[in-house]
Amino acid sequence: MKLIKTPCGLHCIKIIDFGVKFANEPVFEHVDLHVHCGTLTVLIGENGAGKSTLVRAILGEIPHTGKLEFRDRKDGELQKIRIGYVPQKLNIEKNTPVSVYDMMASYHSKVPVFLYKSPRLRKKILEALSQFEAEELIDQQVCNLSGGQLQRVLLAMAVMGRPHLLLLDEPISGVDMKGSQLFYKTIDEMKKKFDMAIILISHDMKYVAKYADHVVLLDHGIVTQGKVGQVFKSPEFERIFGKGEWEHDISKL
Amino acid sequence: MTFLNYDFMKHAFVAILIIAPLFGMLGTMIVSKKMAFFSDALGHSALTGIAIGIVFGVQNANLSMMVFAVVFALLLNEISRKVMAANDTIISVFSSASLAVGLAILSKGGNFSKYSALLVGDILSISVKELWFLGGMFALTFVFWIFLSNQLLAISLNKTLARSRHMPIRLLEDAFAVLVSLVVMMSIKWVGILIINAMLILPAAAAANCSQNVREYHFFAVVYALFSGVLGLWSSYYTNVATGPMIVIVSALIYFGTYFYAKRYQ
Repeated sequence: MKLIKTPCGLHCIKIIDFGVKFANEPVFEHVDLHVHCGTLTVLIGENGAGKSTLVRAILGEIPHTGKLEFRDRKDGELQKIRIGYVPQKLNIEKNTPVSVYDMMASYHSKVPVFLYKSPRLRKKILEALSQFEAEELIDQQVCNLSGGQLQRVLLAMAVMGRPHLLLLDEPISGVDMKGSQLFYKTIDEMKKKFDMAIILISHDMKYVAKYADHVVLLDHGIVTQGKVGQVFKSPEFERIFGKGEWEHDISKL
Repeated sequence: MTFLNYDFMKHAFVAILIIAPLFGMLGTMIVSKKMAFFSDALGHSALTGIAIGIVFGVQNANLSMMVFAVVFALLLNEISRKVMAANDTIISVFSSASLAVGLAILSKGGNFSKYSALLVGDILSISVKELWFLGGMFALTFVFWIFLSNQLLAISLNKTLARSRHMPIRLLEDAFAVLVSLVVMMSIKWVGILIINAMLILPAAAAANCSQNVREYHFFAVVYALFSGVLGLWSSYYTNVATGPMIVIVSALIYFGTYFYAKRYQ
C-alpha cells in the first residue's frame, strides 16, 4: 500500500451521549466514545446490540440524540468531519451493468457516468484502487467481483474521500479465511499509513484480539470498553459471549 | 418510407423519436432500482386520476391525471420508507385499491367504453402542440439526468454509503419518482396503460443483457427503444395493428435475442 500520510495522532473524534430510539424503544443510550487518528476501535456485541445502528447514527442516517465533535488537538479548534463508510454489502443484482469505474465515479464525481468517461477521473480512481492492489478491477462489473475483491474496491472508494473517520460495518461476511486475514492486515496497514481513525464492527474475536487498539462492548449501550485484554477478561464479556469459546484467544493476551 | 406520406404518421414518427430514447433512459434506472412494479402501478393510476378529476369537476383530464400520479408516486415512496413489508406487496395493494376506485367511478352508468381507448393508446392522434410538450419533457429529463443520475445510481447501490457522501437521498428519490410520473402521464394517451411499463422496462432489460458499464447500458437501451419504436410504427402501418403492442412485440423479441446472446457469449 502506498504511503499517503502518517497519522498525526492529533485528531480526536468524540461521540458524546449518543442515543437512538425506534418507536420509543431505545436501541442504545448514553454512548460516549473517543477515537483518535491512527487507531482501530472495534465494536463487538451480540446481534441486535445496536452496533450497526450506532454506525448509522454516526453517519447521520438516522435521528439520534447527543453530538459528534471533531477537534484538532494542536489548536483545539472544532472542524467539519469527513466520514468514510464501507458497507456490509451492495444492493446489486447479477447482470447489472455497473463497472467499478461507474460505481466509484457515481459517489465521487459530478461528471455524468452515463454520458462520458473522464480520463482524469479514471486516473484518480486507478490511484485509489492501486493502494489496495485492485487497479485491474476498474473495468469489471461490480456484480461479478468476489467478496474479497469487492471489499478492496469499497475500501479504495472510502479512502478516496480522504475521511477523518472510517466506519466499517462487518465487511468480512462472505469472505473466506484467507480473505479475512488479508482484510485485517490491510486495515492494520491503513491505520498506520493514513491520517484517520477507524471504527470497525466485528464478530471475529480472533482478529479483534490480534488487531484492535480499543474494544467497545455494546449491549444497548456501552457495557465496557478498553484495551483488548481488559474487555475480553471482563465479567460483562463472559456474560454476553460465554466463557469457553474465547479462552484460547484470551490466554494469548 | 411511404408510410410517412401522411401528416399523422409524420407526427407519430416524431413522437416515437422523442418517447423512445426518453423511456430507454429512464428505464435503465427503473430496472437498476428494481422499480418495475412502481412504474406499472403508476401507469394504472392514470384511470384513477381521470376518475378523481371527474368527481371534482376538473375539465382537463391530463391535469388531473398528472396531479394524481405525482401525489400517488410520492405517497408510494413515503409508504415504502415507513413500512417494512416487501415493497412490491405494498405497491400492489395500493395500486389495486386505487385502480378499483378509478374503475368503479368511471364505469358508473356503463360509461367505461369512453375511456377504454386509454388502455391501448393511440399514437396516431398526437398533435404538433403535444409534440412540443413531449420535446420539452425530453429536454427536462436529459438535464435532470446530467446533473442527478450519478447520485441516483449511488443511492441505488447503497443508501448508507450515499448518505456518507452527503447525498439528499429522500429528495432525489422523490424527484425521480415525480419525473417518472410526469413522463408516464404525458405519454400514456399515446402509448396506452397496458403497454407503457413494457416500453419502460424491455429496452433497459435487453440492454442489461449485453452491457458491462453504465454508458453501454444507456446506449443500448436508447438504441433498442428507438429501433423497436420505429419498426413497431412501420409494421403497424402495414399490418393495420395498434402501434403500441407492435412496439412491445419488437422490444420483447430484442430482449429474447439479447438474453440468448448473453447466455452464449458471456
